[in-house]
Amino acid sequence: MKATCWYGACDVRVETVPDPKILNPRDAIVKISSTAICGSDLHLYNGHIPSMAAGDILGHEFMGQIVEVGSAVKNLKVGDRVVVPFPIACGNCYFCKEELYSLCENSNPNAWMAEKLWGHSPCGIFGYSHLTGGYAGGQAEYARVPFADVGPLKIENALTDEQVLFLSDILPTGWMAAENCNIKAGDTVAVWGCGPVGQFAIKSAFLLGAERVIAIDRFPERLRMARDQGGAEVMNYEQVNVLDALKDMTGGRGPDACIDAVAMEAHSHGVMGAYDKVKQLTRLESDRPAALRQAIMACRNGGIVSIPGVYGGFVDKFPLGSLMNRSLTIKTGQTHVHRYMRPLLERIERGEIDPGFVITHRMRLDDAPQGYAMLRNKEHDCIKVVLKP
Amino acid sequence: MEDSMQESQQGLPPSLRGSNRAEPRVVRSGRRSANDGGGNGTQPERLASSVADSLKNIDEKRLAQALGWFRVALGVAEVMAPRQLGKAIGFDRHPGFMRAVGLREIASGIGIITQPQQPERLWSRVAGDAVDLALLGVAINSGRSHRGRLVAATAAVAGVAALDIYCNRQLSRHGASGSDSGSQQPLRERVTVTASPEECYRLWRNVESFPRFMRYVESVQETGGGQSHWRVKAPGGTTVEWDSKITADETNRMLAWESLPGAAIDNRGCVRFEPAPGGRGTIVSVEMSYAPPAGRTGTIAAKLTGEEPQQRVHDDLRRFKQLIETGEIPTTEGQPAGRRGAVLSLLWKRRVE
Ligand SMILES: NC(=O)c1ccc[n+]([C@@H]2O[C@H](COP(=O)([O-])OP(=O)(O)OC[C@H]3O[C@@H](n4cnc5c(N)ncnc54)[C@H](O)[C@@H]3O)[C@@H](O)[C@H]2O)c1
Ligand SMILES: [Zn+2]
Ligand SMILES: [Zn+2]
Repeated sequence: MKATCWYGACDVRVETVPDPKILNPRDAIVKISSTAICGSDLHLYNGHIPSMAAGDILGHEFMGQIVEVGSAVKNLKVGDRVVVPFPIACGNCYFCKEELYSLCENSNPNAWMAEKLWGHSPCGIFGYSHLTGGYAGGQAEYARVPFADVGPLKIENALTDEQVLFLSDILPTGWMAAENCNIKAGDTVAVWGCGPVGQFAIKSAFLLGAERVIAIDRFPERLRMARDQGGAEVMNYEQVNVLDALKDMTGGRGPDACIDAVAMEAHSHGVMGAYDKVKQLTRLESDRPAALRQAIMACRNGGIVSIPGVYGGFVDKFPLGSLMNRSLTIKTGQTHVHRYMRPLLERIERGEIDPGFVITHRMRLDDAPQGYAMLRNKEHDCIKVVLKP
Repeated sequence: MEDSMQESQQGLPPSLRGSNRAEPRVVRSGRRSANDGGGNGTQPERLASSVADSLKNIDEKRLAQALGWFRVALGVAEVMAPRQLGKAIGFDRHPGFMRAVGLREIASGIGIITQPQQPERLWSRVAGDAVDLALLGVAINSGRSHRGRLVAATAAVAGVAALDIYCNRQLSRHGASGSDSGSQQPLRERVTVTASPEECYRLWRNVESFPRFMRYVESVQETGGGQSHWRVKAPGGTTVEWDSKITADETNRMLAWESLPGAAIDNRGCVRFEPAPGGRGTIVSVEMSYAPPAGRTGTIAAKLTGEEPQQRVHDDLRRFKQLIETGEIPTTEGQPAGRRGAVLSLLWKRRVE
């Protein structure tokens, strides 16, 4: 089959590789009909996530048709149309039972590696480095799905791929980011980053009852989408002093909750920007947390900072004093996608959200390398790329 | 020996005192599985066993000192001649960075030399090595630097990292005072399993099921009277074998075992099954000790598996949990991939086979 393989920073290639096989009784094989490139994939593409190996198959947002099931999979049959959640979860362990699926204790074959870097291991993830299992991903024609009796969501209606594909990751991720803000009537939520995750966080914040959402980015097309599709007030951080502007907009108090949908590769100017860039380049810090620092400083006293953005390791100049002295709460995590798939599918069915609006580019799987480059460089107003194998 | 047997029958396996024991009976099996690359074993296997070999006779505290001095020297070189050193390893674009790394290197080297008994110091080094490895890995991938030299440099850092880890393990295990190398603390591992003590006990009592969750155990056969025969994989396509017997058996609570005299690797251990608080399943704890021949702490066990015994028991326990909870053990072995680069997979993969 054809698959998108990682070979190094800014080097992905579509190669012919062997077809995946059933390896465990609870596996299934999916013939992929649609798959997407995620902001998370850019962290791999830019070489910021350790433990990638040349030849790794990328992709964690995918859907398609079941073509084979393992002997222990009883709830799916060949021909079923499914969306696959990006975290791999067993459904049996303590964390799965608590619906903390991305913390599944049983799905990361390389848990030892994660334990060394992070103390404990999270779940396995498709196409997301060896730290989270080294599982072959879904930017391919076929993918093997472990614990297929737990993860994949059957789509039994006429919704199009583009309407349901993002149940695999970014829609639940935006949703959980907003849910973590514990939104009450009258709340103002600020969202850093107007990529797809930010866009869905904006939508979700309104659906969860936010009074106002303020969106921050620098790309006009992304800000436009946040305003026109999401109904957010928007702010270009290159044109205003974000902290001052947020105070001005919130009567001096600051947003009730702040969402960092930017993460480890935040872009910033000035001394701190240069500082982070050099430190990250030289591997003296693994993450560039400019947006997170700002989100913490901006948040109102006693507010919540929700971090859907992915961080890999260690950061410098973290404003812990601000966090502590002002009673802030941080909520974060890889999304517990399984928990949100069905309720969000129902919202899609009811027409409350049509997630397809973030898609700007549709390409063939063969064009994945161009898709990556375009998304990375934000060329052609690229916001979300969907690949068709 | 008499004493310790008795103790273990009370379910308290003691640490074994080093004594004269037979050399391990190493069996050349000649048989290799189809996908292990053939030859003299996989690269990580060779790396691990050669590190283990070269460390056999090194006293750990001297090793720590030597490592410390090596770091200081490296640091001085990085500070004084960042460009030249950068050139030598193929990373010459950032002399300022080289200097910064050098300063860190000196500081940590001095830390190690002045406080050799503080394992935390060395662990900070291990973390530093991990960062360096990541750096070099990325530089290799970035394609901007000279790959060949970078690969060599990565190998060198990986070597130092392996030494750091080994040395730290040893210091941690022996405790701050550093005991004589003939004795060994038993290693302990535990895991919480979402299952009843009965289920956990049942799987553990069935010794023939061990190969399902013990990665390096090839087979265990019950030979009657609570005894069993073990075949365990070792690097280089070899296996070692021994006989073992159950020395204590409390249904649903505890099992203890001990190898019979003449075993290739003298070992004993016990496993306990205790209900976790709040009805959250069962805490399974294993306590084990190995006695390598001629009292060479650690090396044989490391040689046996190409990795730390502690880590191996930890991983086996996790697999035990996975098997009970999910009915299978997660794996990626046999999945597709694009063409692999040898060096990178050497850094991240850690397998005997
Ligand atoms: N927690 C999870 O489970 C999960 C799931 C999916 C994605 N993510 C993460 O969410 C993040 C966003 O994903 P995405 O697909 O939207 O990525 P994206 O790259 O498309 O979007 C990031 C946006 O942040 C903007 N940005 C950069 N620096 C900024 C700054 N200083 N202030 C404000 N905005 C800034 C960029 O211009 C860009 O529009 C990524 O880190 C991704 O890894 C997390
Ligand atoms: Zn994603
Ligand atoms: Zn689980």
